Amino acid sequence: MFTTFREWIDNRHEYAKAWKQKTENKAVGYFCTYVPEEILYAANILPVRILGSHEPPTVTEPYIFAMFCHLCRDCLAQGLKGRFDYIDGIVEGQSCLHLRQAFNAWRLHIPTDFAYYIHVPHGVQSPHAIPFLTQELAKFKKALEDWTGKKITNEDLDRGIKAMNKNRELMRKVYEYRKLDNPKITGLEAMEMVLSSQMTDKDEHSKLLEKLLEELPSRNLNRNPGVRLMIIGSEDDDRVFMKNVEALGATFVMDEHCTGSRYIWDDVVPHEDRLFAIASRYVNRVPCPSKDWPEFTRVNQAVKLAKDFNVQGALVIQNKFCDPHGIEIPPLREALKTIGVQTYPFEFDVTVPWGQFRTRVEAFLETLTGLAELF
Amino acid sequence: MTQVKEYPTELLKIWNEGKQLRGKYYKNYLTAHERGGLRWAGGAWSFSAIPAGLGEDVYCITGEPHGATIAFFKDFTAKCHEAVEAAGFPRTLCAYMRNYWGSILLDKYILADGTVVDGHPAPDFIWQDHICCSHGKWYQVARWLEEKKGRKVPMYCVDVSVGYPMDKPLEEYKINYIFQQLNDGIEWLEKVTGRTYNDKLLCEAVWNEINATRLWAEICTLNQAVPAPLDEKSMYSLYVMGTLIKHRPECVAFYEKLKAEVEGRVRRGIAAVANERFRVITDTQPPWGFLKIFREMEKYGVVSLGSLYTYGLIGMWKYRPDGTWAPKELPPRKPQTREEAVRMIVEWTVDRPEWAHFYVPEAKTKMILSIVKQWKVDAVLLHYNRGCEGLSVHIAENRHGLVEAGVPVFPFEGNMGDEREFDFPGTLARLTTFFESMELKKLKE
Repeated sequence: MFTTFREWIDNRHEYAKAWKQKTENKAVGYFCTYVPEEILYAANILPVRILGSHEPPTVTEPYIFAMFCHLCRDCLAQGLKGRFDYIDGIVEGQSCLHLRQAFNAWRLHIPTDFAYYIHVPHGVQSPHAIPFLTQELAKFKKALEDWTGKKITNEDLDRGIKAMNKNRELMRKVYEYRKLDNPKITGLEAMEMVLSSQMTDKDEHSKLLEKLLEELPSRNLNRNPGVRLMIIGSEDDDRVFMKNVEALGATFVMDEHCTGSRYIWDDVVPHEDRLFAIASRYVNRVPCPSKDWPEFTRVNQAVKLAKDFNVQGALVIQNKFCDPHGIEIPPLREALKTIGVQTYPFEFDVTVPWGQFRTRVEAFLETLTGLAELF
Repeated sequence: MTQVKEYPTELLKIWNEGKQLRGKYYKNYLTAHERGGLRWAGGAWSFSAIPAGLGEDVYCITGEPHGATIAFFKDFTAKCHEAVEAAGFPRTLCAYMRNYWGSILLDKYILADGTVVDGHPAPDFIWQDHICCSHGKWYQVARWLEEKKGRKVPMYCVDVSVGYPMDKPLEEYKINYIFQQLNDGIEWLEKVTGRTYNDKLLCEAVWNEINATRLWAEICTLNQAVPAPLDEKSMYSLYVMGTLIKHRPECVAFYEKLKAEVEGRVRRGIAAVANERFRVITDTQPPWGFLKIFREMEKYGVVSLGSLYTYGLIGMWKYRPDGTWAPKELPPRKPQTREEAVRMIVEWTVDRPEWAHFYVPEAKTKMILSIVKQWKVDAVLLHYNRGCEGLSVHIAENRHGLVEAGVPVFPFEGNMGDEREFDFPGTLARLTTFFESMELKKLKE
């Protein structure tokens, strides 16, 4: 199963092209998990998350000032290189200035049939955020209807909600196996499971998850889990880093980022007004730090997850220039320290210097296992 | 050396008054408690007219100007940055924010003249708004830092990230979203301060803000004259009043006097730069520790007339039916009730020119091109500002737009508030080469 997840990621474009050919429906690229995929599924559109390829940047400099994060530049690079030439449109749900630039540069420089920006409110702790987003979603739904020429009914929305809720629920069930003393899946596998769900048909993905859940109870990884780690921070799809760290005598037993738990943790609670229900989910979900003020609710969530998954240490990741995550590093580290979870910060770029990082990870693992006292 | 026409020039008569007003602002905040007053902290774009309803003895400190003041005094800035980095924050964050936090961490406060006093004066409450990724987070951390010192500071932040009205007014539900948050905010202010809110003071403050921000736009319009009566370096000391006290009658009075003086300069042909022969504008905040670059430009007969930032950070503008960019028309009358005042300030504010580029890069390019045309600009200097992602967002797109329109563009990289990221000699060398490519020769050493 995990091989399939990996193949889906590695062959994401071929997958989407084949899906389009098979269904004769549209595919839309989206930049951030604040895009309500429920509505896209309701419109029979395949949402495909636009992520980077972790290659050194070569084409984005004229469009995005290099002090913006590597993710937004790498995403745009994929468009400029024509790797998403099969998508019929792009959508962004307001998250940060960085991805907004990728969206706008794409809109301006890459021929696109449909480009839509949803003003997902930042003030998600305000009681007025849900009604506001409900209105925004109504506009988005109308724009999709106009574009596709097909009305989106309540039944369609129910179908979209059901597909998304089911997929998230199944992945949360898989996550439960990470709580075990000897987890049934590695952090890399968990990441690949969630990542692949962001670029494949949810129904197909869920079918594979159901099979996986049947097999997981008897699965044995035949490896010493080592130190129980958590990875926290900006968008992270650096699978090489995950694999390398887990080869050093550790297992990522939990994560707190948008290619992991933050994507799957909250469901749409049914309501007669479907758009209100969807808006509620996106306002009340575990927030991206860009929307998390005045209270640090995401930090509290990270602390809770660290406790629930019996985490020993956490790697705190900041994509270089990502201000919302960078700002939260000291409060996050301090909060985790209060429950005895040591942390180590890493600044990620489009590629990471594994030689240096390896030394730092090893040193951190030594401090967690007490080996440091030997020297 | 080439000889060019020399215009008459003279110092601004109002200069010292502005200096005193700014000096008083920082002192008033510091000493507010001695007079039984209240202190609040928030951004320069926060709806400052709203807390004004709490009384006449309410003083604010706006974060960005405070961060810029710190940046001007480089020794203190360096200490602030060291403190912030030692606390574990990345050095790539907003430079103003780091300056501000550094001041809290060092427990020191800088006055407008550079005097550093012991004890960072904590606000009684935080009143902020949020359109940039860092706005709400800035004060969330400021509050966290204060709490570590045992001071609990309540915080309210208004989300204004609803998009920008392009060719039609903003939708009613977007206006309402901000309006409702501000109304809730008034109740919150009463609760956290224990004071009774005065709607009459609110109406006054809203009307002051509307007038002050319109007046500043009118003053900037006067710079369309040749020779320009104001240069950008001087304008920094003038526009700043709108970033500090845009809701106060002193601000309106200052801008009224300034406008009269600048009108006089235009009438009499008084130039800001005596040998003006090439007109440029810049973009975003300057590297505050290196304002001498403007004096270097003058040696080539170059005057910087301002920027969309200087004109539109606080000044309010609108496109007229004839397509010209002009000061926004005042509402027909002063607000009379709380509801009217709050709605009026929301409807006034959502047109803020410096909010456009957050969403639509083409809108900013259009405004810059309007300035180029109406202000008779020869070239644009784009500051790729590593210190402010909010005002640098989409700047590469703006460069494209200007170049496509045939405007000479000089992009340079720097940082408004962290001198470690601005290469003064290197930038100056490239800038002079750019001027030479514009066929300008140095007029004086």
